[in-house]
Amino acid sequence: MTGYSLAIEAEGLKKHFGETKAVDGVNLAVPTGAVYGVLGPNGAGKTTTIRMLATLLQPDGGSARVLGHDIVREADAVRGLVSLTGQLASVDEDLNGRENLILLGLLLGLKRPAAKERADELLEAFDLTEAATRLVKNYSGGMRRRLDIAASLVVTPELMFLDEPTTGLDPRSRNQVWDIVRALAEAGTTILLCTQYLEEADQLAEGIAVIDHGRVIAEGTPAQLKASVGGGALHVRLLDPEQRPEAERILTERLGSAVLEPDPARLSSQCADAERGADAVAELSRNGITVADFSLGQPSLDEVFLALTGHPAEDDETAETTAEAA
Amino acid sequence: MTNPITTNDAGGTIEEAAVRKAISSTPRPERASALAAALAFGWRGMLKIRHVPEQLLDVTVTPVMFVLMFTYLFGGAIEGSTSAYRDFVLPGVLVMAVIFTTVYCGISINTDLTKGVLDRFRSLPIWSPAPLLGALLGDCVRYLVAATVIIVLGLILGFRPENGVPGVLAAVGLVVIFSFALSWVFTTVGLLMRSPNAVMNAGFMAIFPITFLSNVYVREDTLPSGLKAFVDVNPITHLTTASRDLMGGTVQAENLIVVLGTAIVLTAVFLPLTTRLYRRA
Repeated sequence: MTGYSLAIEAEGLKKHFGETKAVDGVNLAVPTGAVYGVLGPNGAGKTTTIRMLATLLQPDGGSARVLGHDIVREADAVRGLVSLTGQLASVDEDLNGRENLILLGLLLGLKRPAAKERADELLEAFDLTEAATRLVKNYSGGMRRRLDIAASLVVTPELMFLDEPTTGLDPRSRNQVWDIVRALAEAGTTILLCTQYLEEADQLAEGIAVIDHGRVIAEGTPAQLKASVGGGALHVRLLDPEQRPEAERILTERLGSAVLEPDPARLSSQCADAERGADAVAELSRNGITVADFSLGQPSLDEVFLALTGHPAEDDETAETTAEAA
Repeated sequence: MTNPITTNDAGGTIEEAAVRKAISSTPRPERASALAAALAFGWRGMLKIRHVPEQLLDVTVTPVMFVLMFTYLFGGAIEGSTSAYRDFVLPGVLVMAVIFTTVYCGISINTDLTKGVLDRFRSLPIWSPAPLLGALLGDCVRYLVAATVIIVLGLILGFRPENGVPGVLAAVGLVVIFSFALSWVFTTVGLLMRSPNAVMNAGFMAIFPITFLSNVYVREDTLPSGLKAFVDVNPITHLTTASRDLMGGTVQAENLIVVLGTAIVLTAVFLPLTTRLYRRA
């Protein structure tokens, strides 16, 4: 569709804030037409990377090309091709939904009647028609997110940056956002998706880069990444932490490995097969170990991190979380 | 593919087909001209005034209170009669009311910054000072509302300026020009501070002494010499004197020069500073 095979090429991208190396040499190669996930904990440097690629921040080192244009020397050309849906919903709270979309239409060069028509079309598509004349500050989190994404689509971008689009949303709103992202991907829009959730990246992205302390520490398809972590995991919480060594022994025997979690009553094992997991839990009961609860699921970001880095994902920077709470 | 994929809060549906149609239907238009972008931001300023009229209330109630309080409480004591003091204080309160309003442009730019909407504007392919210039249009409306409230209140209280309508308009014009220049100071502050509240506190902490330590309320020759020295160089004093003279007397060139000179210096320093901070925000 576009002339380049890579939508984003970043080499050694750096951004330091004083002593903090927020982004410390990020390399990215994002193919055109794909949903590409950037996975990492709070403070890993995801938002800073996106802000540099969207030309909002000047890098301190390295270089990047977005759709063939240098993000520093040709920032204006980049801005003409991308759109940004930031972590904080980047819409005007003191305006209503329709006015927000009309404003963006006008700013992107539509004439007033066309901007109005476009706004109504997007409100309809994102199921916001009823809320069109309500002030955005009275929107629910899910509605605000939908408006935010709609605002990024007033003129169809070639590349869309989505920064944690579902953080703080209830499951139903989250599913709606996922559906929208899928529809966008089907239509051929390239999307760079930042997320803290492996499940989200798994659901939406074709390629994933895992980022930690400002560096890309792993890259691959969701399947490769999960394989490197070992598929799924069985999480068990015991009623009595005293019984953990015994439980560890049984799980290791049944499932091949067991990891003690920070909580003294919890442990987990790699387990991709539900039947074997259920069987292992039953074995615990047979040995007189009371299981308070257990779950079988995809590896969490923590487990991915543990597998990739040997240390759990840390919230070592509170800036992003505080910004979100504000 | 027309199958509904999810239900939403209100029980409606998001149709994948509708989303797809919506994202495929736009050819990219020509970029918005600098003027079109600034006007769009001006429209945004108007909408905000319409949706949040309390902002205007804040900036008009205080000056109205001051006019009434000072005229009837202190007027007799200061100037010998309430009507004489009313004629003296009214042009001064006009200056104060409009100057107070300038703090709001700092508050609104800080709100945009902390809420994240500034990120979206900065990621758009538009002439980069457009949001700032557009906001000035909104400010202009606020200045004129504040000025009109004071003048109308004055007329109700019996204020009849000698130089009539042209004099009043000239005074309002001068005050607005000075306020535009001063507003760049607050946009700079707005881009540097952490929260809209901090901007408001800092703004009013600066604005109160600067407007009170002038000849808005009392004649400068009644002041002790140290204070008088400050009041004499305060540009607000010159602005107040100039607007008094424009409304009911003969304006002195010196005051106009000081007022317009200060406006030029403030703009020359703080406009580039604001633009720079804005690009890096």
